[in-house]
Amino acid sequence: MSDTEQTPAVPAQAAAPAVETVDKREPLLEVDHVTLRFGGVVALNDVDFTLYKGEILGLIGPNGAGKTTCFNAMTGIYQPTEGQIRFLGQKISGKKRHQITRMGMARTFQNIRLFPEMTALENVQVGADAHHKTSVIAALLRLPRHWKEEREGREKAERLLEFVGISNRMHEFARNLSYGEQRRLEIARALATDPKLLCLDEPAAGFNPAEKEELLQLIRQIRDQGVTVLLIEHDMRLVMGVTDRIVVLEFGKKIAEGLPAEVRDNPKVVAAYLGVPDDAA
Amino acid sequence: MTTTIDPPERRETAADKLRQGRHAISERWHHAPRWVRWVLLVAVIAFFYALPNKEFYQYLGPIPTPGANFTQVMFTVSIYVLLAVGLNIVVGFAGLLDLGYFGFFAVGAYTVAVLTSPSSDLKTLWPWLAVVAIAIGLTMVSGVMLGTPTLRLRGDYLALVTLGFAEMIRIAAVSSEFLKGQRGFNQIPHPPGQYADGRPWFGVLDARPYYWLVLTLIILVVIGVRNLTHSRVGRAWISIREDEDAAQLMGVPTFKFKLWAFASGAAIAGLAGALFAGKQNFVNSQNFELLNSIIILAAVIFGGSGNIVGAIVGGGLVAYMIERFRGIELFGIELYEYRFLFFGLVLVVMMIFRPQGLIPNRRRAAEFKDRRKEVIVGE
Repeated sequence: MSDTEQTPAVPAQAAAPAVETVDKREPLLEVDHVTLRFGGVVALNDVDFTLYKGEILGLIGPNGAGKTTCFNAMTGIYQPTEGQIRFLGQKISGKKRHQITRMGMARTFQNIRLFPEMTALENVQVGADAHHKTSVIAALLRLPRHWKEEREGREKAERLLEFVGISNRMHEFARNLSYGEQRRLEIARALATDPKLLCLDEPAAGFNPAEKEELLQLIRQIRDQGVTVLLIEHDMRLVMGVTDRIVVLEFGKKIAEGLPAEVRDNPKVVAAYLGVPDDAA
Repeated sequence: MTTTIDPPERRETAADKLRQGRHAISERWHHAPRWVRWVLLVAVIAFFYALPNKEFYQYLGPIPTPGANFTQVMFTVSIYVLLAVGLNIVVGFAGLLDLGYFGFFAVGAYTVAVLTSPSSDLKTLWPWLAVVAIAIGLTMVSGVMLGTPTLRLRGDYLALVTLGFAEMIRIAAVSSEFLKGQRGFNQIPHPPGQYADGRPWFGVLDARPYYWLVLTLIILVVIGVRNLTHSRVGRAWISIREDEDAAQLMGVPTFKFKLWAFASGAAIAGLAGALFAGKQNFVNSQNFELLNSIIILAAVIFGGSGNIVGAIVGGGLVAYMIERFRGIELFGIELYEYRFLFFGLVLVVMMIFRPQGLIPNRRRAAEFKDRRKEVIVGE
């Protein structure tokens, strides 16, 4: 497995933009005409789009448009009623959550969900453990594999904390970190699973403009290291600044898809966000 | 909290002082040189090995129990400590509320009884030592059997099912012909070994060898549990306790690790059961009341759930306190009769002033050198 090479952990490389090397046509995640119903409520209605390797895709829409639902379907929390989701050509449905993570999909949460009584370092180590194989027996008897994986996991976790910029808080309990640090820690923890696709669910919620700018920088660095990024956000300006392409949802339906500039000028999107003026309707 | 008129400030300071005091101790411990820690640890262990000798404990003032053979009491205490260490894996680390932990203890004890006692229908009469491994194995299997369907449940449901499990075991013990009910199994063999003059190491009268055996096994079990908790396995358990959904989405096979927590906890209870049967010589259905499950759970929470030292202290203190009341009379009332009342009172007071337990789960940095560095960087 090429997991270790993929670890986006060396900030020094981050400056070089890698966009031109990306093959835009290689699909990573395919959302294939997905419909999701909860009883009578149609949460997603025939949503269809593809995420290509190496890009930053923005999934946007007004509140309640079905962004997080779409996200949960992608990460295997909800099963689509119709249609299917394929990751690296394989169907997601029927796979266990931890298997999906091991396939290379990691996520953060809209409302932060760290392990509060574990240190920042340990939080990230849990992510790194996703690919570890130390058994209970090996851990009990401290077999060589335990030591090897333990060292690897720890080094990786330290690197990632450095990368997201909170390595000075390494031994602090997650619950004692500031809000911004917690958001960064979530990203580090997700990156520790060696994702091919990193899904960020409103990572900038509650951030001030300066923090948002730093976050954008971080997202670009992550992409430049070969990780595809799916970004959910309802702040249009933030999305415009960082994404390569944008998919817009409204009331569970895809209403637009394209380059940021195209989407911004799309009348349907403007209508969805600003409402339709009476005389134009 | 803020609506009450006077207490907030006063209580804050008292609690703060307490916290600082404890903090200072743990800080001192963690900053002490390695050899100091080792010396202290060895001293504590030596103390507990020496404790059941009359030549030693007669100088300990009020510590020996007036109404009961202190050596016997110490054996009981050691069994409770072992159980608390095991339950702490399930409740403290993996965060699974198991109300029927004593059921596994019963499985261990009955396995030994059935396979070794002449009163058993099987008439296998195997020696004690041969059966211990079987008892541990069977208890683990029973843990996996109980866990496989139930560990998909969460919280309250799991608590109810485990409670039901312990009752099932108890009722089976009471009413099954095979398990002999009240009559029980007698002449269960003792652990092997004898002195040069032919006297057995593990006799009927002297409880000390049993206590020493359990104490040694506690040390081994604690080393094992520590190895587990300071590894991928322990991190998986704690992450499940903290947020099961997030753990799954970070690639933790939660079901597998919950099952392992259950099985490891059960194995330790099985070992304790086998030791108990080997010492008591006799096992019947009265040994496995539901109350025992509750006492061990209370001990773990009392000591500090999720902390191995806390579990040891909790299990030891609770078992000891209950026995300490024996033989004390106050105004003509035998206090032992009211032991659970005091126990309840202590628990209530604890929950008010120190809900996290005596020695709480405030796990420290893996390496304190790093921590000092961090402090310097922070400044």
